[in-house]
Amino acid sequence: MKKSILLGTLAVAGLTAGIASAQSTMEQVQARGSLKCGSNEGLAGFASPDANGNMQGFDVSLCRAIAVAVLGDAQAVEFVPLTSQTRFTALAAGEVDVLVRNSTWTFSRDTDLKLDFVGVNYYDGQGFMVRSDLGVSSARELDGATVCIQTGTTTELNLADFFRVNAISYEPVPVATNAEGQQQYLAGACDVYTTDISGLAATRATFEAPGDHVILPEVVSKEPLGPVVRHGDSAWGDIVRWTLNAMIAAEEYGVTSANVAEMAAAPTMNPEINRLLGTEGELGAMMGLSKDWAVQIISAVGNYGEVFEAYIGENTPVGLARGLNAQWTQDGLLYSPPFR
Amino acid sequence: MSGPSSIAFVRRDIIAPAPPPPGQAGVLRWMRENLFSSLTNTLLTLLSVYLIWSVLASVMPWTLNGVWGASSLNECREIRDARGLETAACWAVINERWLQLLFGFYPTDDRLLASVFHAEPLAAAGGLEAVFGAGSNATARIEFVNAMKADLSNLTIFFFGYWRPLLAVVLLVVAVAPILYASLPRGLLWVSLAYPFVAVFLFWGGSVWGPATVALGLVAALYIGRLVSARLGLLAGALAVVAAFFMIFLNPLGVIGHTGLFPLFPHAKGVLDALMPLGLPAIPSDQFGGFMLAIIIGTSGIVLSLPIGILLALGRQSTMPFIRWVCVTFIEVIRGVPLIVWLFVASTLLKYFLPPGSSFDALLRVIILVTLFASAYIAEVVRGGLAALPKGQYEAADSLGLDYWKSMQLIVLPQALKVSIPGIVNTFIGLFKDTTLVVFVGLRDPLGLTNAIRATPEWNGIYWELYIFVALLFFTFCFFMSRYSMYLERKLQTDHR
Repeated sequence: MKKSILLGTLAVAGLTAGIASAQSTMEQVQARGSLKCGSNEGLAGFASPDANGNMQGFDVSLCRAIAVAVLGDAQAVEFVPLTSQTRFTALAAGEVDVLVRNSTWTFSRDTDLKLDFVGVNYYDGQGFMVRSDLGVSSARELDGATVCIQTGTTTELNLADFFRVNAISYEPVPVATNAEGQQQYLAGACDVYTTDISGLAATRATFEAPGDHVILPEVVSKEPLGPVVRHGDSAWGDIVRWTLNAMIAAEEYGVTSANVAEMAAAPTMNPEINRLLGTEGELGAMMGLSKDWAVQIISAVGNYGEVFEAYIGENTPVGLARGLNAQWTQDGLLYSPPFR
Repeated sequence: MSGPSSIAFVRRDIIAPAPPPPGQAGVLRWMRENLFSSLTNTLLTLLSVYLIWSVLASVMPWTLNGVWGASSLNECREIRDARGLETAACWAVINERWLQLLFGFYPTDDRLLASVFHAEPLAAAGGLEAVFGAGSNATARIEFVNAMKADLSNLTIFFFGYWRPLLAVVLLVVAVAPILYASLPRGLLWVSLAYPFVAVFLFWGGSVWGPATVALGLVAALYIGRLVSARLGLLAGALAVVAAFFMIFLNPLGVIGHTGLFPLFPHAKGVLDALMPLGLPAIPSDQFGGFMLAIIIGTSGIVLSLPIGILLALGRQSTMPFIRWVCVTFIEVIRGVPLIVWLFVASTLLKYFLPPGSSFDALLRVIILVTLFASAYIAEVVRGGLAALPKGQYEAADSLGLDYWKSMQLIVLPQALKVSIPGIVNTFIGLFKDTTLVVFVGLRDPLGLTNAIRATPEWNGIYWELYIFVALLFFTFCFFMSRYSMYLERKLQTDHR
């Protein structure tokens, strides 16, 4: 009997799906009243649920910012948990509107997979963590070390490259997940644990004695992580790109969630701020958004720096320094094109 | 020399039975016979005692000294150090998150919670409609709910916030009981038949008329078939059922873009919705999670795979080559590929075959794949049962003049299924545990949730406590299934071994 219900629901689902596919992503989101954001199932600092099931984190905040820009409501987001295997197909198949899930921007993903990386919200790189009593100060001294490494990731390939280039040997200890890697490393099954620096920092923060472990200075890969949309709907890609840029630019110009209402009340001396906040020009309308779209984003979510400090900055358990993710004016890589 | 006998003592009463000497009775004797009967056994006993003691000595203090009241792993560690303990489990994570492990992110009935337990702040915030109504601000609503849940105990939220899945599980017990235990009144079987529709309504919500009209439509299709078969024979009846089913649920003309009166089902639902709008808030399947997900997938898989499996087993033994080949191919293909591969097929590959933009419920995909997978295994288990029957049983059925279905129903299957019980339950237990594999296709099963919980800054770095809790949940269910199968075997035992 149950089978027939399944068939019935299937038929109904097929019917509604036929109606939905004719619209642009923006129209779909507005018709649905919520943004479908592909997110990590759980990654410390970037996406994690609190006791009531509300998602929080650095990546989550970008999803919320997009929802504010399009729908005016930071909570109008449905988070779809995606694994590293299912994330790109889910996006391509239209199960999510945007993917913000620590995805590295690579050539083949951008071109061959027919996806668009619209920006970088976190510049990561692969690093190494060792026990400080080993007395190692550089990854080049790791000759003959055992290394815990997650299988099937780009980190595995980067590791092999690094050791080959430096003509030193290592013995891999394959692990399946970050959780397993932490346990193996703590149990002494490997001398070195390698993954993205942000992951290493988050992992080290959970140890009983974080001071007994050091993250080595070498960064052996480029991992620009950013939001991804489908090919073919450039208007939607623009909204996601400029939402991120608005958060970055707001930090550059000193617009914070605390002072944004005041700055948006009347035009300021800086025309760039005025255009960003909509007190001058009609930038929002060019994307089909409201005039004060950036004001809403910054007052609901905060600027890039605020979000960084709230979830992954030095005062959080993850404890990451800004490093490459500082503004270009402070020797970082964050550089928003002008709002003009 | 006459006179009294020279025998000095004659016992005139019976000695009261004396207790056996120490060492020949009770615990001591049992120990001597079972634990210390020889040198080897004594050594093995001592070794085992040592092993058990050393395991318990390290595990029990950790378990029993566990910290229950803390809000983060670091707080747990501080409490442990303050108590001067060497190791202590941090059960506080279970204390805080057990609802999440059970239900995932399934939404609570916040309206009910607010109006019953949080009435004063609700009135202050402007009443139900202002907080939860259609035009309300989502951010304000979530702040209100967070403040409310901080006030309420987890038990209150469990019983009142999650009453829908709870009621569905309680009714599941009621619906399954008459099938499992023949001593219960047969009238309860109607509850079992109605249960799938009630469960779908409780879990997914939406209009009450959705599941109700589906049920009515099915009954109507079967009734039409019965009427036709009474007049025109079995084949015409079967065709009538299929025709009626299509007219009610699927419009065969819809494929070529024809719409109108058919299918009848949406029209009936629409009319009833307009007349009496009754229902619960709809909850999409991507919000299902936790142990509830294992129960939903496991139970539907178990219930659906048994009949499909039996039919496949019969089909594989059929004398009609077409049916036999179809069944053999199905069983071998499904069984020859790992479940995880099928799940990936369900979650990713299927999308390439469906029209772009169509979203075919992820949970439904997984249930279908798990069901097909389990039915292939059940088919082979039942085939084993069929093969175990002596050929005389089949011949006896034939000699009584029974047709194929009657002989299967009355003679062959009751015996074959009885033989297959351990194998069937074995498959079911395996299926239930395999539901954790859905973590790999992005559904939030209990193991996936342990990852999500670990990702929060408070609980990052906690492993054993979460895994132990999940293991206990699964063990409870699997142990019940295994006990039930033993009960059933004893009850159905007719041979005299």
